Amino acid sequence: MTAAEIVFVLLGVVALASGVLVVTTRQIVRAALYLVVSFGAIAACFLVLTAELVAWVQVLIYVGAVVVLLLFGIMLTRAPIGPSSDLDSRNKPAAVTVAVAAAGVLVTVVVSGFGDAYFEVGESRAGSASVIGSGIFRYWVLPFEVLSVLLLAALVGAIVLSRTDIGPPKDGDG
Amino acid sequence: MHVVYPAVLAALLFAIGVYGVLARRNAILVLMSVELMLNAVNLNLVAFDVWLADRLGSGQILGLFVIVIAAAEVGLGLAIVLQVFRNRATIAVDSLDELAEDKQ
Repeated sequence: MTAAEIVFVLLGVVALASGVLVVTTRQIVRAALYLVVSFGAIAACFLVLTAELVAWVQVLIYVGAVVVLLLFGIMLTRAPIGPSSDLDSRNKPAAVTVAVAAAGVLVTVVVSGFGDAYFEVGESRAGSASVIGSGIFRYWVLPFEVLSVLLLAALVGAIVLSRTDIGPPKDGDG
Repeated sequence: MHVVYPAVLAALLFAIGVYGVLARRNAILVLMSVELMLNAVNLNLVAFDVWLADRLGSGQILGLFVIVIAAAEVGLGLAIVLQVFRNRATIAVDSLDELAEDKQ
């Protein structure tokens, strides 16, 4: 086991443990904070895999923006601050069954498929901002532009959904 | 590094996300579990990109695209959740069963 693998396994344990806490905790605000820990550990995993730019984008967008949005949502839906007992639905046993089955199938397939695949993590520059940036603007320009249109549509959609002063269209209005 | 480590970690994270989506009642907690699943997919994309040493960097760039789409998804999802809360004063997903065939 190399040093990178040991670091990766430790980070993976942190990510998994905080992920389990996200889906089992009884305090909804703590779930969002455990989500920060999980995302941070995954970002560190990206760093170990030499994917620098993805790691920093993960920190900026997930830890910075998405979790803040989720906390805003928790506040605006007047969630209780203390522990609440009604966060889990009745189909918890079925959910456990499905999750364990999914984990079993996926881990079996992955281990039997890629059991001896190996790569060196080291001096690779393939994940740096300059390489990824030139890759995006050389080979992936069209998807990038489509993505910007998608973001604009999502922005407009979120504004339309959350405004209260515009109702359903009147007759002859379109 | 063996490819198995990131792949197994991603599989387990995905299973945790599946459990959260199925077992949680609060719509915001369901959104959080969806984020966990998207992160598992990202981990796979990055790990296999590094393993295959792709010249176009497809895996990492697709990972960036997934992050952007996840941000858009959370924005829209929260707007819908807030609208549901405004109309019904609850965001428990199993009490929103107006369209169910056999209403309990």
